[in-house]
Amino acid sequence: MSQNLIDSLTIVGMMLVTVPPRVLPLWLLSQKPLPPLLARWLSYVPVAVLSAMLFPALLMPEGRLALRADNLYLWAAIPAILAAWKTRNLFLPVLAGVITIALLRLAV
Amino acid sequence: MAESELAQVKQGSVWLQGITRALPVMLGYLTVGFAYGVLAQEAGLSLFNGVLMSVIVFAGSAQLIGAGMIGLGMHPLSIIATTFIVNLRHLLMSAAIAPRLREDNRPWPPAQLTLFGLQLTDETFALHSSSFAQGGLPRSTYFISNAFSQASWVIGSAMGMLAGSLLGDLRPLGLDFVLSAMFIALIFMQLQSHRQLLIAMLAGVLSLALAAGGLRQWNVIVATLLAATVAVIAEELTCRRT
Repeated sequence: MSQNLIDSLTIVGMMLVTVPPRVLPLWLLSQKPLPPLLARWLSYVPVAVLSAMLFPALLMPEGRLALRADNLYLWAAIPAILAAWKTRNLFLPVLAGVITIALLRLAV
Repeated sequence: MAESELAQVKQGSVWLQGITRALPVMLGYLTVGFAYGVLAQEAGLSLFNGVLMSVIVFAGSAQLIGAGMIGLGMHPLSIIATTFIVNLRHLLMSAAIAPRLREDNRPWPPAQLTLFGLQLTDETFALHSSSFAQGGLPRSTYFISNAFSQASWVIGSAMGMLAGSLLGDLRPLGLDFVLSAMFIALIFMQLQSHRQLLIAMLAGVLSLALAAGGLRQWNVIVATLLAATVAVIAEELTCRRT
């Protein structure tokens, strides 16, 4: 089998495991209102998921804890957080963070 | 005549609203999609396969991780299992948004629910859940926003793959920070209370501790489940006290 075909099949496999978690809850849980306790529990999920992905990305960039001044991600996070807090917009924090990283890499 | 003109204006404003709302996501997706395309090209994926992944998988972090693993020559089953775990968080998002996809006390038709689910990402979720929280928009607005968001993702990916071979070293551009910056932006777009911020911090610290302790790949889901549970228990306790 050619590598391209293996890659295509891998990607189809990735799709097959990605679709059910996205679609099944919509089919099953849109039929009637959720129990209030479950609804409240779910209301915390979005911020918790995002933050759980963010912390390791910032603080363990190479797979090891890097609470150090030479971890540029920590510095770039500051303008990104300020922009996110002030604007509640998606693009500006991304821009602020990426420009900071680029400038720091030029300077260091 | 006047009525049909009115209908046309309404139709136009739905398109405009859908696109305007999606604009930040579209710009973010062009950038992150571009970064993914560069990585996919470096990983040795063909243009067809790289774009195929953006069309049928459509999941930022999973695609960046998946392309990286393909580049390292890892076993397809291991790549698929990792994708499953990384994308399992959408189960929680889908469950959280499901009760909102109703109109006149009836759920949306199955085909619409399916299409909405296929295009459910962290970003479209963040975008729509804030709007549902404020009372909702015409249904087609959501589908227009989703379609334009995914189109940006696919176009960004293709451009990244085509440009990647020409650009050489991209680290100076800082594209490796795009994903983290997007997570930061999405957290703040979601925040509605101080307690949510506290719970977000808790989830982050837990996830970090679990990852540092060696529980890679599961850390996000376990930390989320724990933090949301702590939040509900804290709510129960404070309610009972007052």
